[in-house]
Amino acid sequence: MNDTVVNSSELGANSLLERAKRNQHRFWAFSGLIFLVIGFSLASPNFFQTSNIISILQATSVNGVLAIAATLVIITAGIDLSVGTLMTFCAVVAGVLLTNLGLPMYIGIPGALFAGLLAGALSGFFVAKLNIPPFIATLGMMLVYKGLSLAICGGRPIYFNDTEGFVDISTGSIIGHVLPAFPIPNGVLILFLVAILASFILTRTILGRFIFALGSNEEALRLSGVNTDRWKIVVYSLAGGICAIAGILLASRINSAQPAIGQGYELDAIAAVVIGGTSLSGGKGTMLGTIIGALIISVVANGLRILSVPQEWQIVVTGSIIILAVYADQLRRGKT
Amino acid sequence: MNILVDMNGIEKHFPGVHALKSVQFELREGEVHALMGENGAGKSTLMKILSGVYNRDGGSVKVMGADVQFSGPREAQDAGVGIIHQELSLMNDLTVAQNIFIGREPRNFMGILDEALLNKNAKDIFEKMNVAMDVGSDVGTMTIAKQQMVEIAKALSYNSKILIMDEPTAALNDTEIHELFRIIDQLKSDGVGIVYISHKMDEIKQISDRVTVMRDGEFVGVRDSKDTSIKDIISMMVGRDLELEIEQKPDTSNNTTALEVKNLNRGKFVKDVSFSLKKGEILGFAGLMGAGRTEVARVIFGADRLESGEIFVGGDHKYIDTPSKAVEAGIGYLSEDRKHFGLVLGMDVRTNISLASIARFGSSLGILNEAKISKTATDFISKLDIRTPSEKQEVKLLSGGNQQKVVIAKWLLRDCDILIFDEPTRGVDVGAKSEIYKILRELAASGKAIIVISSELPEILRLSHRIAVMCEGNLTGFLPANSSQEEIMHLATATMQSSNNKNNQISEMSS
Repeated sequence: MNDTVVNSSELGANSLLERAKRNQHRFWAFSGLIFLVIGFSLASPNFFQTSNIISILQATSVNGVLAIAATLVIITAGIDLSVGTLMTFCAVVAGVLLTNLGLPMYIGIPGALFAGLLAGALSGFFVAKLNIPPFIATLGMMLVYKGLSLAICGGRPIYFNDTEGFVDISTGSIIGHVLPAFPIPNGVLILFLVAILASFILTRTILGRFIFALGSNEEALRLSGVNTDRWKIVVYSLAGGICAIAGILLASRINSAQPAIGQGYELDAIAAVVIGGTSLSGGKGTMLGTIIGALIISVVANGLRILSVPQEWQIVVTGSIIILAVYADQLRRGKT
Repeated sequence: MNILVDMNGIEKHFPGVHALKSVQFELREGEVHALMGENGAGKSTLMKILSGVYNRDGGSVKVMGADVQFSGPREAQDAGVGIIHQELSLMNDLTVAQNIFIGREPRNFMGILDEALLNKNAKDIFEKMNVAMDVGSDVGTMTIAKQQMVEIAKALSYNSKILIMDEPTAALNDTEIHELFRIIDQLKSDGVGIVYISHKMDEIKQISDRVTVMRDGEFVGVRDSKDTSIKDIISMMVGRDLELEIEQKPDTSNNTTALEVKNLNRGKFVKDVSFSLKKGEILGFAGLMGAGRTEVARVIFGADRLESGEIFVGGDHKYIDTPSKAVEAGIGYLSEDRKHFGLVLGMDVRTNISLASIARFGSSLGILNEAKISKTATDFISKLDIRTPSEKQEVKLLSGGNQQKVVIAKWLLRDCDILIFDEPTRGVDVGAKSEIYKILRELAASGKAIIVISSELPEILRLSHRIAVMCEGNLTGFLPANSSQEEIMHLATATMQSSNNKNNQISEMSS
């Protein structure tokens, strides 16, 4: 009897330790972010200015939202390469509905979101029902959406000049109205709202539990009587819907749907996910980590630009950070 | 007699666990030394220290008289310590010879692989072992038994004088076990010392010279096998005498039918299988490895798709092509391979228990009631006596028996009327085994209909109210509970005999 009591308290301490260990990656990623911010602040007085911080956050909003979508899929041990061009496709859909058809925002924006959900469901269908590996299915869809966007627009951007208030979705500031000292753009607000919602889904709902279980042991989940195909389609749909949010944010910020951009965004999104400690082999990951990862990428890009480092070298640094972050994670894991 | 291994005062700590407490172990030349203990007793940890996987925290290890401190498995291998893990670690797409000499391939003077010499070296080893083996065929196409021979050959290719075998017979049938024992005998006569880890008592008596028993990370004692009874070994392992339960088997023949299947077919493992199962009945499925028992269970559960046949649950015809439909119909299946198919190892006890019934813990929006999940999990932990520090422990850290109990809890929570247990006590120690038997009996007594698939005949005989026997995908007959092992084996080889007879007739005719 005594034995078990001692044991369990010992192991209780152990589980605390384990929890600290599990959060270690985010701790290091967060320290890295702080380190970068301090470093750039010391290197240039222009870095730690309200306007610059806001522009970093603004720059993070689109990639951050995309990275949230990618995180959901990656935790299921899948991958979504189509997030970038799907984002553009959804922006184009918004453009068609709002500008070409002249529909009001309350139809145009839900329409774009619906397009994203539907497109995600299609990828999910390919992965779950047709057993196409996620990498291939979403690689194919990446090109499909790119082509469709260009075809729909005839290669030219669609502008939102006639839709009043569209630009405010991203660049306006509701917070700034209330607290003029903090003119945080709505785009950033939306990023954090999406992140909180996604984090809640991941940790507190049935869907979240199944997302982790899919990534840890899909077959065991299926043999528990769970309709894994259906849940996978749900995950990809949700990711598609979130890509549509990113599409609207981007379109609103540049006041246009640019059919040619989008490809390449998926890599930044995946980079943010990986830097944030989510495992590409599935079953592990957090939204907070992803947001920190996305911020690290923006801070590096912004800081190096302020220091007048040429853009080519900024890319080299970002690439190196990805490798460094994952290597650091491996080192820690190897030690235990 | 030379002493090959002398371990003394071995200590090992893991975070929060004192895994080995001053453990001793000795292995002599030419002996088979069984290492026994319940799961979690520390056998594997001790052997991982001997084979260089773990560093020890204290104590001394002497290999062939020399003090050693291995910094990795490779050093242990070079010092003559080979280990054959329970889960074989071969590369399926490489040939036998390539697997044996991976990383040590012979090369010719130009540095190019000498495939001919490679194959010859491999052949030599098998000749020495007196085993017929095609060294050029891919490992992935072979039976587990053959793959195990490859592992042994690989260990011998390092000139191992010490061979650790972790549950080598877990996946072998009787003929294969016989062949393995023949090779072990031969290795013995060559002076190799073998550490033999197994849960199968009769094997220990048959093959081992000495037995070391461990319990809770401590050394309990070492005995000569021939002077020690199985009962003594078990009481050393569990620290008490296991009372033998008196088995009263109820008459279930008048109960209502829970499950009836007619003419099930799928591939060569499920051929025209029909049977019915009553409420409160335990139907045992016996047969050799590959007889199709698991395959029958999987088609009934919808894990594999039926080619033809009908399934009736409680008299209603059900179309089952996915596990989720089976579960809806009230059928649960506990896989033989709980690590891959039964549990999500990286998740905690509470999540695993709730996984099949999660909808019960969610609001209409799918938001989980975590407190309720934890409460339910702790209820099952105490009800089934699952030994875990808390409901938040990851299941991969639990012992085999406790993992199995988590799977059972998952299905009890789901409240299925029909439960199929596939090898419910594989890799489970004696103590937990009798607890699992008790749970199965209680389930049947409460009116559940139960199928037990097992390769251990004593288990089948002990649990079943009725026994179904399969051979090569056919259900070859039913036997009453009081049948003998011989009667079961007769049916388990029934179609093989008839096909042999046919072959004989043909050869007689042609001659």
